[in-house]
Amino acid sequence: MYWLTAIVRPFKLNDVYNRLIEEGIGGMTVSEVKGLGSQRATTEVYRGNEYSNDFIPKIKIEIAVSEDALDNVIDSIIESSKTGKPGDGKIFISKIQQAYRIRTNEIDLDAL
Amino acid sequence: MSTEALVNEHNYIFNTLFLLFSGALVMWMAAGFSMLEAGLVRSKNTTEILTKNILLYALACIAYQAFGFDIMYQDSETAGWLPSFGFGIEATAEGATQSRDVDFFFQVVFVATAMSIVSGAVAERMKLSAFLIFAIFMTAVIYPVEGYWTWGAGFLGASVEDGGLGFSDFAGSAIVHMAGAMAALSGVLLLGPRKGRYGSKGVKAMPGANMPLVALGTFILWMGWLGFNGGSQLTLNSTGDADAIARIFVNTNAAAAAGAICAYLLSTVLYGKADLTLIVNGALAGLVTITAAPDSPTPTLAVLFGAIGASIAFFAIKFFDKIEIDDPVGAISVHGVAGIVGVMLVPFTKDVSFLTQLIGIVVIGSWVFGSSLAVWFVVKKLFGIRISEQDEYDGADATECGVEAYPEFVGGKN
Repeated sequence: MYWLTAIVRPFKLNDVYNRLIEEGIGGMTVSEVKGLGSQRATTEVYRGNEYSNDFIPKIKIEIAVSEDALDNVIDSIIESSKTGKPGDGKIFISKIQQAYRIRTNEIDLDAL
Repeated sequence: MSTEALVNEHNYIFNTLFLLFSGALVMWMAAGFSMLEAGLVRSKNTTEILTKNILLYALACIAYQAFGFDIMYQDSETAGWLPSFGFGIEATAEGATQSRDVDFFFQVVFVATAMSIVSGAVAERMKLSAFLIFAIFMTAVIYPVEGYWTWGAGFLGASVEDGGLGFSDFAGSAIVHMAGAMAALSGVLLLGPRKGRYGSKGVKAMPGANMPLVALGTFILWMGWLGFNGGSQLTLNSTGDADAIARIFVNTNAAAAAGAICAYLLSTVLYGKADLTLIVNGALAGLVTITAAPDSPTPTLAVLFGAIGASIAFFAIKFFDKIEIDDPVGAISVHGVAGIVGVMLVPFTKDVSFLTQLIGIVVIGSWVFGSSLAVWFVVKKLFGIRISEQDEYDGADATECGVEAYPEFVGGKN
């Protein structure tokens, strides 16, 4: 069981979402975030003063997946969100120690 | 001072005061359009649409003051085709019934209204610069020419005795609203839909970001419309005028109310829930419909007219989506389609033929559509009218204006 955090471009959310649904992923958590990475910051001028907007809007997708599905999910996200330019985002993977479904008290893989 | 001179002086003061008051109400409609459009676009395009609204208003005022007003009203032949071209605002003539400046002021806020209609339809994807260039042509020439043909006593609007057609459009269902919608439609055709709007799976909903602004904008427009239609009586120096203006207020208000209720019922029955954005479109379509003749129907008839216009506009919104004409705020349906309905309803309450009304619609519509299309086309060839795909994804606020509407924090080393 893995906890997968993907940071992607906002306009790619739909493509990633559609692809994950196709691959049989039944749930995910999505949030609007801002962050700093290799994508160059834009310099803006506000009331005549320059400022650099280092934190660029991104979408964070969090998914819990079984070991069997992990590679496929990673590939799906990469394929559906890649543009090849800086700012495409990252995927981080960590192990889940335990998972519960609140409604039924199911545990671990049954809870996903 | 003789009694007659005293009466004339009082009339002059009353007329001027009435038009100043009405003009200020209509000016405020610019705020209504701004809020409505800001609420109906996605949040990443809020600052940009507000910028467009403020600058289009400003450009419309200057362009109309410099060229438009003269084209529309000054020194042109009665029942003619070709307006005279000149500059500025004339001095008030001897024996005039109101100040020349107030004539101008009341007209300039109408021009701004026509232009405001365009910004909503092309929202979220048009370049700011291209839009502003178009705004100058629209308000300096395109609108004033058809304005001359109608209200300026050109061949459409001059009475039959004066050699005109006697086309009847009291406060501008076609002259202002349909004209704005036609300019918008020609722009949208060259511009294309927002990215991702029409895909293989049908129409993708792109919900507006801020419903409180939508509601506020609607009420501001509703209020401003009382001046738009009421002020179009143009004079207030008899009990007849006073009665007419009061009737116009009642009818205008009733048509908007009927339109809102009608759209609520249609949206509930057909789509299952009360869709605020469609209810808002219904109220505005009711207002546009009654604008062609707010003075002659009984209040009961005004309710019916508002309901008819709003129902047709309601289905027009769905129709334009079906043929993939992307109009984020429904401006083409609400102002164009309901405007045509309003003009065609006039013969039921006034002595004018359906044919005359139809000719008016065709002439105004084809002039504004054709000349706008030409301007958009040239601007597109010279500078481009659409922001890049990447800019569209990032949002026009950041790429056109350099600031988001709601920046919680910005990074940057200081």
